[in-house]
Amino acid sequence: MWKLIVRRILIMIPQIFVLSLLVFIMAKAMPGDALTGLIDPNIDPAAIEAMRERLGLNNPWYVQYWDWVTRAMQGDLGQSFHFKMPVTELIGQRLVNTFWLSLATLIFTYMIAIPLGITSGRYNDTFLDRAITGYTYVGFAAPLFITALLMLFVFGFQLGWFPTGGSVSPGSAAGTWDYILSKAYHLILPAFSMAVITTVSTVQYLRSEIIDTKQKEFIITARAKGASESRVYNRHILRNSLLPIAAFFGYEITGLIGGTIFIENIFNYPGMGQLFLQSITRRDFSVMTACVLLFGIAAIIGALISDIILSLVDPRIRIK
Amino acid sequence: METNNPNIEPPKEIERSPSGLTILWREIVRDKLALISLIFFVATTAGVFIASLLLDLNEIVKVDLFALYERPSSEFWLGTDYGGRDIFGQLIIGTRNSLAIGLLVTLMSGTIGILIGLISGYFGGTIDNIFMRFVDFFMILPTLMIVIVFVTAVPDYSIYSFSFIMTAFLWMGIARLIRSKALQERELEYVQASKTLGSSDFKIMFTQVLPNLSSIIIVTMTLNLAANIGIESGLSFLGFGFPEDTPSLGTLISYARNPQTLELRWWIWLPASILILVLMLSINNVGQALKRATDARQRRG
Repeated sequence: MWKLIVRRILIMIPQIFVLSLLVFIMAKAMPGDALTGLIDPNIDPAAIEAMRERLGLNNPWYVQYWDWVTRAMQGDLGQSFHFKMPVTELIGQRLVNTFWLSLATLIFTYMIAIPLGITSGRYNDTFLDRAITGYTYVGFAAPLFITALLMLFVFGFQLGWFPTGGSVSPGSAAGTWDYILSKAYHLILPAFSMAVITTVSTVQYLRSEIIDTKQKEFIITARAKGASESRVYNRHILRNSLLPIAAFFGYEITGLIGGTIFIENIFNYPGMGQLFLQSITRRDFSVMTACVLLFGIAAIIGALISDIILSLVDPRIRIK
Repeated sequence: METNNPNIEPPKEIERSPSGLTILWREIVRDKLALISLIFFVATTAGVFIASLLLDLNEIVKVDLFALYERPSSEFWLGTDYGGRDIFGQLIIGTRNSLAIGLLVTLMSGTIGILIGLISGYFGGTIDNIFMRFVDFFMILPTLMIVIVFVTAVPDYSIYSFSFIMTAFLWMGIARLIRSKALQERELEYVQASKTLGSSDFKIMFTQVLPNLSSIIIVTMTLNLAANIGIESGLSFLGFGFPEDTPSLGTLISYARNPQTLELRWWIWLPASILILVLMLSINNVGQALKRATDARQRRG
């Protein structure tokens, strides 16, 4: 068990290293560098050259890379030249919002997936199952951004049930009850729009998992000894079918990253996804590299979590 | 004797077991939804390509200041956008561009994926290990973000660089699938027999193993086509897809990022959204029917 976890973590180190190298090279390939946005173009070129030398921008790339990595490890991701503040601080503010959005999405995802998957698996080939399978069919094909736009159009603009942008209504003071309620209210529509799509694969998986388990011999045994139908489903089948779903939790994180970029832009929600796109359009490269690096690390850690849960759930993987 | 067994007929010729492609085709014809989807997809593709030959591109992208944000009418079937440009014409051109890039990226990423998957699965061992660690790493990257970054970093950005960037990050799924199938295939007797006969690895891989994987390749390519059209329109929607002078379906939808357009001018973005949705659904329907055909237990026909 521990051997597997340690080995898995060791694999992670080169992954993060290659990721950081990739991010660094991409940042170097972009036009302009950390200095272009900072200085007044009227300054004497010799002074610029001196400043470049002082900031280490004339060093060979591997020295620059090493400087960047050591500073990033100490929590210094550079300076945003659009917001004129440290990137760490800027990301700190946005990360909180994205965290809540992702959490709400995950909660909705499982809230939709578990009842639908169970109904569909338990009463397979009934009308209800067909309806649920139909939904997963459409949800599988529908792109996230179109779904989100339609949701915003219908529930935000036409019906006016939900706010159409922002993460909190202006004027509410932080810390009050109203503030928390308003935050939650702003979360519902974006999180739900994303969950409607991301949940589809979980529903499909749960359905086929339950249908498979239903025909296993221990279920026949449970029925034979006289267990009630609800007991068979809730204790015997569900327990065996839900565990693999739990293991996919980590992989969901990778999906959420792509999702937040779309959702936050459509709903004008001030989170990391929005910050990332803004930093690109504003050529704010220190922010951009920090975003890619953080999201990449989040995805790598997500995969790690999933692999660990999977090995806890399924002992066959441990042997390998 | 003969009168006792009137039902026995002279033995027929032994029926050939149907080839993979026949099975795929039969499954689509049996599944009415998939057949309608296929007809719809082919008709749209043909219609869009023919119509875009007849339409005058310059006429469509011409700014007309007297017709800003027109509602749908007999002159402009689907109204006009902020520059007075006809939405219907843009929709046709956009669909053509989206389909073309979808097909191009699917073919390119498919070719790379099949090659790497086949080599890695057929040889196994160290080669397989190296390729798969590489693929593993690419699979967990936040692809969307990296594609966006590349799109901004590339100098002289054009449709070709866009499709190369997309291809560079989309071949991993198919490589992994083909690899797992090739691993199974190389253990089969026909491969061993062929080796004993002295066929080269190259010949076995491409003339013997590859044809046996053809149906699975067709299935994934179909499903990938739908996914790639979705990714392309998503990127164009965010403003990191097609260059500005080439409209795609995503470009039309991206006008909806302006809340006023989203709320009040549905004719600009709704038709394109519905078209993408229907296109992706129909390609997926065909793909799912093909997928069922490759699994004998689920076949309908």
